[in-house]
Amino acid sequence: MAKIVRELPGLALTPEDISQRKVLSTSWVPKAEYAWDAGIAMGRYLEELRNGRLMGVRHRRCGRTVIPPRIFCEQCFAPMDEWGELPDTGTVNTFSICYVSWDVKRLEVPEIPAVIEIDGTSPRVGILHKLGEVDPQQVKVGMPVKAVWKPAEERNGAITDILYFQPI
Amino acid sequence: MQKQMAIVGVGYSGFSSISPGLSYKELMYEAAVRAYQDAGIDPRQDADGFVTVAEDFHEGTSIFDEYVPDQLGAVMRPVHTVTGDGIHGLIAGALKILSGAMNIVVVEGHSKASNILTLSQVTAYALDPIYNRPLGLNPYSIAGLEMQRFLHQTKNTVEQCARVVVKNRRNALNHPSAGHGSDISLEDVLASERVASPLRKLDIAPHSDGCVVFVLASADAARDLTPQPIWIRGMGWSNGSYSLEQRNWAHADYARQAAQMAYHQAGVEKPHDEIDFAEIDDTFSYKELQHMEALELCGEGEAGRMIDEGATQPGGSLPINVSGGSLGVGNLLEASGLQRVLEVVLQLRGQASARQLKNVETGLAFAWRGLPTASGAALVLSR
Amino acid sequence: MAFRRTGLRRVAVVGAGMTKFVRRAQETAQELAFHASRLALDSCGLRIQDIGAVCLGTAPDAFDGVHMNGEYLSDGAGAYGKPFMRAYVGGGTGVFSVIQGWYHVASGLFDAVLVVCEEKMSSCLPHPQAAFLTIFDHTTERPLKPNLLWIFALEMNRYMQKYGLSKKDIARVAVKNKRNAMDHPAAQLAAEITVEDVLNSEVLAWPVQRLDVSPTSDGAVAVILASEDAAKRITDKPVWIKSVGWCLDSAYWTNRDLSYPEYVERAARMAYEMAGIKEPRKEIHIVEPYDPFDYKELHHLEGLLLAPKGEAPRLLAEGVFDRDGDLPATPSGGLLGVGNPIAAAGLMKVAELFWQLRGEAGKRQVPGNPRTGLAQAWGDLMQVGTVAILGV
Repeated sequence: MAKIVRELPGLALTPEDISQRKVLSTSWVPKAEYAWDAGIAMGRYLEELRNGRLMGVRHRRCGRTVIPPRIFCEQCFAPMDEWGELPDTGTVNTFSICYVSWDVKRLEVPEIPAVIEIDGTSPRVGILHKLGEVDPQQVKVGMPVKAVWKPAEERNGAITDILYFQPI
Repeated sequence: MQKQMAIVGVGYSGFSSISPGLSYKELMYEAAVRAYQDAGIDPRQDADGFVTVAEDFHEGTSIFDEYVPDQLGAVMRPVHTVTGDGIHGLIAGALKILSGAMNIVVVEGHSKASNILTLSQVTAYALDPIYNRPLGLNPYSIAGLEMQRFLHQTKNTVEQCARVVVKNRRNALNHPSAGHGSDISLEDVLASERVASPLRKLDIAPHSDGCVVFVLASADAARDLTPQPIWIRGMGWSNGSYSLEQRNWAHADYARQAAQMAYHQAGVEKPHDEIDFAEIDDTFSYKELQHMEALELCGEGEAGRMIDEGATQPGGSLPINVSGGSLGVGNLLEASGLQRVLEVVLQLRGQASARQLKNVETGLAFAWRGLPTASGAALVLSR
Repeated sequence: MAFRRTGLRRVAVVGAGMTKFVRRAQETAQELAFHASRLALDSCGLRIQDIGAVCLGTAPDAFDGVHMNGEYLSDGAGAYGKPFMRAYVGGGTGVFSVIQGWYHVASGLFDAVLVVCEEKMSSCLPHPQAAFLTIFDHTTERPLKPNLLWIFALEMNRYMQKYGLSKKDIARVAVKNKRNAMDHPAAQLAAEITVEDVLNSEVLAWPVQRLDVSPTSDGAVAVILASEDAAKRITDKPVWIKSVGWCLDSAYWTNRDLSYPEYVERAARMAYEMAGIKEPRKEIHIVEPYDPFDYKELHHLEGLLLAPKGEAPRLLAEGVFDRDGDLPATPSGGLLGVGNPIAAAGLMKVAELFWQLRGEAGKRQVPGNPRTGLAQAWGDLMQVGTVAILGV
């Protein structure tokens, strides 16, 4: 390593090198579109979201109740036994106050993503969602929260049928 | 290779043009449950490792390996994904057994091609971004270029290519899980729409959804698990040039190299005599002929004559793609090669029902990764 | 896990090479892969004809902007006319690539294998981070438009919460690693910074701030693995791969304890068992844990059983993980200091052990003739651990 120190390849460019066309580049916008089959478990989960309900599944052998639903227990590798409606309440397992969007634009109003342990599930079982109607500085781990749903006529069977969770 | 490892379990789900009833996870779960039942293993206790094959842009998910452990019984276990054909994945599993590190390894591949709304554009996205993509050509044109040069150089004909389609589609009628069996005529193929001349619509394998799972085992474990292990005798894989500018357009070098490696390990010296039947890539009709020659199942320029004489029909001297191949079963993306291995295993076990071949001891499976690659993998299996 | 300890073939690292890690490289992905491969071959006097197979690592295709990116890179990675395989486990890919090379050689089929990792993240516009949207579940998570930072922030918060840690406890990792990188000729973000600098840097996703995070980078690294006989012919200083381990947890990442990387512990235990290591804390002399974020290094040191749970920050403050400390951690400068071209960054950690264990790390050399080192990478949705233990 020592003897090749001064010779390491790799030419660093500045943004100006590209914007002023000092070095050339080609660009391409990928056209990659998908329609993923929701299948049995996720199909029913989405349908019940449209109805304003959160559903979980339970496996008797290991005693776990989990969300989001799946047709198999991944720990035991056996079919899940039963479906059940879960309350749309839970507690904050962990959260963040995020000042950048998914495509790295600075946000004026931060988003508050959180893992929310849904009541009625096994310990540490939660879903990813966002918190709303709360002062970011007041959010605490362990805080009880409840789902705020879109109006029924606007729901279309998606995780975004829940707008966010708010403190109870 | 002596009898060092074997396929001891197979399971599959599909194969059909669409599979709206099951998510990809559920499709995988269904195939995995069947494979474990077939092998008589509990994946949570018995499997040392897991390999899946997937390409991010075929899944519509980046680093897709994230989403594989749950439905395979592989949570908290050594799991990884290979971007390759299923046979590459199978080899990655077999290498771990050969190394002595593992005894039982699970290999999975699947296709949810029906979920990709812009498959042609996705395939084009695999082209060199600087040299080739800006030309805006449909990727099928690469197959057209290759077919043209292959036919020119070997004197095989467009009609002989069409006969491959007729054979494989008919073979698929005997395969209850095949998605594209049909009784079509040579004229139907030759009159089908031009796509990238000389390639026509029916020369192209349509896509299917499905999943294949295998359980591999070391020799000792295999003998414990099943009275009917199917031994992996040789495995080879190779890449030709990715560059379209430097590629051998007439011959499938990657296939020749992969096969030579596999034959060498298996001690096969005269493939035409020692291989009883083969399931080889037929993503495009001409590919079956081109691969037959590269795999030394016949001499250069002789593949067309073999199909004319019926030698590669199920009743012929060297049956090829008895399952229906990709033309009849459907192009299963990364799982294509595993479907070919599946057929070889079922035939060697005597479980191929209406399409069962008589007296088969040794079979060859060969997969090409598809457009725009020059990448292939071969497996020699025996009873 | 039934490892058959007897009969495992010995595999050595015999050469290594890397490019600089930079934010935007003029070289194409193929050219970066070529440079690293060429340097690795030259470092041990091999020709490409001597290489039996090529193993490649690169993380999501979305960065390079090429579907089947492995095929695209194959020519640059010297794979023309050879058996070529690309495996991946997200961010764990860099170390997994060595595992991949290990089983290629250990299978007995190959005497020398070239392992190449490359990432050209700058191709992805408007920002490489945007590509990470597609690692989230397409049905339950992607519609929420998550930024990659979310999962790190959520995990970091949980870790801090569980053990009552402060940002200051964690920021010392960034200070240490960026300082270590001052001695690395490939480094992108080497700097002398203070804990206050980290605490005052821009808040991205609380508790994650700008200086808690590794950069996006372009770069490539290659190493050459050889069988025992071949290794002894090639070099008088082979560095043996004593063992490997890897483990993947469930995709349902919101269903698990984020405060502890259980999957890293499983991967480490697999490797310790294979190497016959009973007391990792004493038997590992040098460690390159995965450090895409500063807390991650601490998290991983705990998962690797090199620090008790929740106590890595205290050991860090005591100087245990300094380059001249009791257990030097990330002497290279890591992802925080050298840079993070994802798969290449993981392989860089293995290359660092190769140089350190041969006593060839120059100004970065840790004192005391270390004989055993561990490299670890992590990836996916808080989900995978990959481990390789090297020794002389």
